[in-house]
Amino acid sequence: MELAGQVLAWFSDPTHWQGADGIPVRVLEHLEASGLAVFVAALLALPVGLVVGHTGRGAFLVSSVANLGRALPSFALLLMLIPIAVDVQLDFSTWPILGAMVLLAIPPMITNAYAGMRAVERELVEAARGMGMSAVQVLVGVELPLALPVLLTGVRLAAVQVVATYTLGAVAGGGGLGRYIYDGFARQDTPRMLAGAALVALLAIATDAAFGVLAHATAPRGLAQPLPGRARQPAADQAG
Amino acid sequence: MPSEPLIRWPWVTAHLDEIGAALGQHLFLTVIAVAAGLAISAALALLAHRYRRAEAPITWLAGVVYTIPSLALFVLLIPVTGLSTLTSEIGLVGYTLLILIRNILAGLDGVPRDVLEAADAMGLTRRQRLFQVELPLALPIVMAGIRIATVTTIGLVTVTALIGQGGLGQLMLAGFINLFPTEIYVGALLSIALAVVVDAGLLLLQRALTPWARGGGGRR
Repeated sequence: MELAGQVLAWFSDPTHWQGADGIPVRVLEHLEASGLAVFVAALLALPVGLVVGHTGRGAFLVSSVANLGRALPSFALLLMLIPIAVDVQLDFSTWPILGAMVLLAIPPMITNAYAGMRAVERELVEAARGMGMSAVQVLVGVELPLALPVLLTGVRLAAVQVVATYTLGAVAGGGGLGRYIYDGFARQDTPRMLAGAALVALLAIATDAAFGVLAHATAPRGLAQPLPGRARQPAADQAG
Repeated sequence: MPSEPLIRWPWVTAHLDEIGAALGQHLFLTVIAVAAGLAISAALALLAHRYRRAEAPITWLAGVVYTIPSLALFVLLIPVTGLSTLTSEIGLVGYTLLILIRNILAGLDGVPRDVLEAADAMGLTRRQRLFQVELPLALPIVMAGIRIATVTTIGLVTVTALIGQGGLGQLMLAGFINLFPTEIYVGALLSIALAVVVDAGLLLLQRALTPWARGGGGRR
């Protein structure tokens, strides 16, 4: 209980809200690095997942990336990249953690982009084609919006994982909220360490919640209703 | 450490005992975490299966724990349980819950209605139906969950090196502190190899336990 008071006191100390080691700067650092990693990973992963999902070719690629991603632990990845960064004379407090985050963000995004495209009902695509839409129109106007919720789930999983992983970057001398945890631990400053852990936990939960709101806002309206029944109705009418 | 090779083999052969001990501790921490996680998840999943209203709060709570970054969770436990194996295990168990509960529930939900009705018609009690019909049929998806939880745990054990535990993670961390890539790579590659081997072993076990479910598997 006394410790909880110390942590609260740490939070209410105005000096912890200012300067390069202040909470706002550390939160921003954390979000910047995480955002950059998710962005780079999205550029690499989403096109591949969408194309494989659209064409149905190269599914083995998606499943092997997914399996590989699960077997590669973030901490191991971070530490393995450090000697390589040192060898090629890159700053080992920034690049290895960024590399680890990008590599970790790729599997969930690639698999969900793929799964989203595969889940689009063939009937809807055929209906769109029957209405005279071009291949590009079908892709942009029908398949992508329908695949979007699943795709965004992948981005959400990746983002939460990346925010968590950047915490480990502090071990290699990186910035962000992990600094409080690592420095607090090293200096035996328990309130700082616990405050850092609480902030990181909150940031991860907030990231998850933010993507939840985004998913809700971008879900295609038609998906709110039971899709198969509605999709099949017109076909039955025509047949009759 | 430029021009330092990623792995110095003479060091490896000279430190096989140390490496073996780290590997053993890694496996030990993993097995305890998955076993305890499975026991807790089974209890919670059965509760949610029986009382549907309990499902949402149980999965929500497991989801929140799962979202908390591993280092933060371990650190938050330090004031309660100290720098101990227990701290690592509580955290590791916490991360298995969501995966296991979801898969146990998905497995139970996947049992076809008519099978349940047939079991009822044969006069099975609720308990008999659960243990003789529902759980065996759910096993492939439950095992898929156990595999994911185990592989995830093997990765997370490395992080517990930062709170003084860690098995192979300890080796990796020492490699970083001593600027000695060999220790990092031996620890990391062995933890990946351990995940691959244990995953394959569990897959074989799953096949042996469920000879009727060929090619079937779980998702998520």
